[in-house]
Amino acid sequence: MSALAGAALAASSLDLLQYSPPGWGANLLRGLMNSIIIAFGAFGLGSLIGVAGAFGKLYGGPVTRDLLAIYTTVVRAVPELVLILILYYAVTDSVNRLLIGFGFDRIQISGLAAGIAVLGVVQGAYATEVLRGAILSVPAGQIEAARAMGMPPALLARRITLPLMLSAALPGLANLWLIATKDTALLAVVGFGELTQETRQAAGTTKAYFTFFMAAGALYLVLSIGSGWIFARLERWARRGQRGVRG
Amino acid sequence: MTTAATDPQPAPPRPEAIRIEGLQKSFGTLNVLKGITLTAREGDVVAVIGGSGSGKSTMLRCINFLETPSSGRITIGGEPVAMRADGSPADRRQIERLRQSLGMVFQQFNLWSHKTILENLIEVPVHVLRVPKAQAVARAERLLARVGLAEKAGTYPAFLSGGQQQRAAIARALCMEPRAMLFDEPTSALDPELVGEVLAVIRDLAAEGRTMILVTHEMKFAREVASHVVYLHNGRVEEEGPPEAVFGAPRSDRLKQFLKSVG
Repeated sequence: MSALAGAALAASSLDLLQYSPPGWGANLLRGLMNSIIIAFGAFGLGSLIGVAGAFGKLYGGPVTRDLLAIYTTVVRAVPELVLILILYYAVTDSVNRLLIGFGFDRIQISGLAAGIAVLGVVQGAYATEVLRGAILSVPAGQIEAARAMGMPPALLARRITLPLMLSAALPGLANLWLIATKDTALLAVVGFGELTQETRQAAGTTKAYFTFFMAAGALYLVLSIGSGWIFARLERWARRGQRGVRG
Repeated sequence: MTTAATDPQPAPPRPEAIRIEGLQKSFGTLNVLKGITLTAREGDVVAVIGGSGSGKSTMLRCINFLETPSSGRITIGGEPVAMRADGSPADRRQIERLRQSLGMVFQQFNLWSHKTILENLIEVPVHVLRVPKAQAVARAERLLARVGLAEKAGTYPAFLSGGQQQRAAIARALCMEPRAMLFDEPTSALDPELVGEVLAVIRDLAAEGRTMILVTHEMKFAREVASHVVYLHNGRVEEEGPPEAVFGAPRSDRLKQFLKSVG
C-alpha cells in the first residue's frame, strides 16, 4: 500500500515539474533565466565599477580615494536586502515625488533594472577590493617597462595591467559571480519573478513545497557547477605564460 | 670650387643625442643627484660606473622620466623636455614620444609574462607606433635572429633563462628603432655564466655605432666598449673621460679606491 502511495506521489511530483501545465517547469525555467540575466547584468556592472574603483583607489587623487573608501565601506556594511528595499521603495518613491512635483507622471521602475542596479552596486564594492588586490600583485617592473616605452596610460591599463592581474583576480571574481547568482533570490522580496519567487508561487499553489524547493536547489546547483567549469577554463587561459606551482 | 675637397676640415661634431644639465634629484630630504651634467653624442657609448647608492641608476631613470627630476634640464635629440618648476614633466605626450625614442633595458628584464617573446617585441610597435603588423613581425624576427633567439619567438618569458630573457628584452627595445639605448645594470641579475651572452649582444650594438648610456658594474666590459666613462660618487660626477684615462690613470683618490675595490 505504502509503496503504491509512494509511487503515486513520485509520479505526481514529476507531473508537477513538467514543462507545460499542469506542470510548473516552464515557470521555474523562466525564473532561472531571469536569475541568470540579473546575475549576469549585476556581475558585468559590478566588474566595470570594480575596474574603475580599483584604478581610482590606486591612482586617483585624495578626493577620489576618499569617495571610493566611503562607497566600499558603506555598501559592504549594509545588508543587500536592506539596500534592495532602499533602492526599490525609497528611491522609487522619491523619484516619483520629484516627477510629480515637476508635473510629470509617476514611473514604475522595472524589477529587472532595479535588480541589476542594486546587485551591481553591491558587487562593484566587493569587486573594487578584489581587483585592487589583483592589480597590486602585478610585478611593478612590467608596468614600468610599458611606461618606459611610451605607452599611454589607458592603453597600458588595457593591454598590460588588466591582463596581467586577471589570473590573480579570477578566483575572487568567480566567488562574486556565484554570490550574484544567489543574491538574485533577494529580489523575491520586491516581487520580481526570479527563480526563488517562481518556486514560492508554484509551491504555494500546489502545496508541494518539498518538490519545488528541491528542484530549485538542483537548478542553482547546476548553475554553479556550470559556472565553475567556465571559470576554471578562464583561469587556465589567464595563467598562460606562467609556470605552474605543480610544475 | 674645389676648396672643400682640397682643404680638409675637421669633421663637424656629431649631433647630440642626450644632454643632461644640472640634474638634481632628491627623495624627501635625501639628495641622490647633486647636479649632474652629461652629454652623449650620436654613436657615443657612455658607461656610467660608481658604487652602490652613487645615483647612477637614478640618473638613468631621470632621462626618460621614470623618476621625476627635482631640477635641471634634459634635452633629447635637440628637443628640450618641457618641465614644470618642480621638475615634473609638463607635457605627458611629449614624454611618451621621447620615451618611444629611448630603448630602456632593465636589470630585471621586465618582459610581459602574459605575452610570447614575439608578442613582447611587436606590442609597442603595433599598438603605439602603428607599424603594420606584418612589418613589425618581420622586424622582430630579424632582431630575434640577431640576438640568437629565433626559435624562441613563440615561447613565454618564464620558460627562458635569465640571459635569454635579457637578450629578448634588448631585442624588444631595438624593435622600436630607438635613437638611443639606456641600459640599467643589464647583467646584475644574471648568473655569472649567463653574463657573457648578454654582453656579447651589447658589444655588437656598440660596434654598429649605436648611441647608448650603460650603467654597469662590469668594469672590464665598460673599458672595452665605452667611448666615454663617467664615475659617479655621492650624486656627483667625480671623474670622467675616455676609458684609458679613467681606468688607466685615475686622478681622484675615490676613483682609485673604487677601482681597487671592484678588482
